[in-house]
Amino acid sequence: MAQTYRTMLVDPMVDNNPITLQVLGICSALAVTSSLQVAMVMTIAVTLVTGFSSMFISVLRSQIPSSIRIIVQMIIIASLVIVVDQVLKAYAYEISKTLSVFVGLIITNCIVMGRAEAFAMKNPPFASFVDGVGNGLGYGLILMLVGFIREFLGSGSVFGITVLQTVNNGGWYVPNGLLLLPPSAFFIIGLIIWAFRSWKPEQVEDREYRIQTVEAH
Amino acid sequence: MEDLLSLAVKAIFVENMALAFFLGMCTFLAVSKKISTAIGLGISVTLVQAITVPANNLILTYLLAPGALAWAGFPDVDLTFLGLISYIGVIAAMVQILEMILDKYFPPLYNALGVFLPLITVNCAILGGSLFMVERDYDLAQSAVYGLSSGFGWALAITAMAGVREKLKYSDIPDGLQGLGITFISAGLMAMAFMSFSGVNL
Repeated sequence: MAQTYRTMLVDPMVDNNPITLQVLGICSALAVTSSLQVAMVMTIAVTLVTGFSSMFISVLRSQIPSSIRIIVQMIIIASLVIVVDQVLKAYAYEISKTLSVFVGLIITNCIVMGRAEAFAMKNPPFASFVDGVGNGLGYGLILMLVGFIREFLGSGSVFGITVLQTVNNGGWYVPNGLLLLPPSAFFIIGLIIWAFRSWKPEQVEDREYRIQTVEAH
Repeated sequence: MEDLLSLAVKAIFVENMALAFFLGMCTFLAVSKKISTAIGLGISVTLVQAITVPANNLILTYLLAPGALAWAGFPDVDLTFLGLISYIGVIAAMVQILEMILDKYFPPLYNALGVFLPLITVNCAILGGSLFMVERDYDLAQSAVYGLSSGFGWALAITAMAGVREKLKYSDIPDGLQGLGITFISAGLMAMAFMSFSGVNL
């Protein structure tokens, strides 16, 4: 079993990444990545919520009637998010302010729902927990990558510590302000997807239309 | 009246749900392949948003806010921590009720929008609308206007996106960017275009 737990954990990071392949959980991936610290807090929060919600749903899976399962899942997820929200407000108030509504929006993060529906309803608790954590980390990987690029090139720092001395502070680096603005997140994720798919060509989507060359006779 | 109008313009263009706050992105990217489906989804989101934001505002003012339960004899009770779970409950219930009402009284509309309604429960734009309403302390009138116009802004964005994507499928895109990748980049360009609205005040 050890091997399968390992694959369950690693698989969602590269081969089956929730963001680049399954198109889940994009909303927060774009909105909270302008600095690395915030991205990291978000990663931890989402990983914990996904892991534990998958576990609890899996424990209850034979008790949940299938007609109201979405509501039951929602309630479990919402309760966990409330816990996360209260903890953040108590111990990291500044970050909780920056994240504003996005902590609450973990409830509607499709990764959490998606894993509950696709995996936790059919598998035992521990496997579901590992699967949830794996998917949370796969999401976090992209989030941190985007956060790193945006913070490094946008304000010349990593985790708030100045690495490239910016012109305003007497250094040489001219920060690219575009990277701190929302649209840049779209470009960066688009390019990351391109890089991933060039590395793993089997993830490339089929064309809807193919340009056919007509041979002249 | 004027401030409500200005709030509406702000919610539709300047603070567009989809392109400035990235809410409802999952559905935004997944259901924007055809203009007709995008319009259907857009209308459903606007409808649900216009109902749930004011409904959640009422729940907040009369049940959850500190001291809100004074009418029931509990002036010291503060239930704001139950906010998230009640908002999502209201949204899920509203969607369900809307689905039943449409099914019973407006069958053609139900046939057109029916498939999208369950999707809306997990659309972050809806919950996001309610959370922004709480964060910005809107009163009932403001939240009604905000709900309607932010939903409309989202509908506008997804319809525009679908238009772009319908043209996009004929273009010759590098293999790795095919599908999702190029969609992201075009959404980024649209978001930049929408940024030119920032600072507009009425």
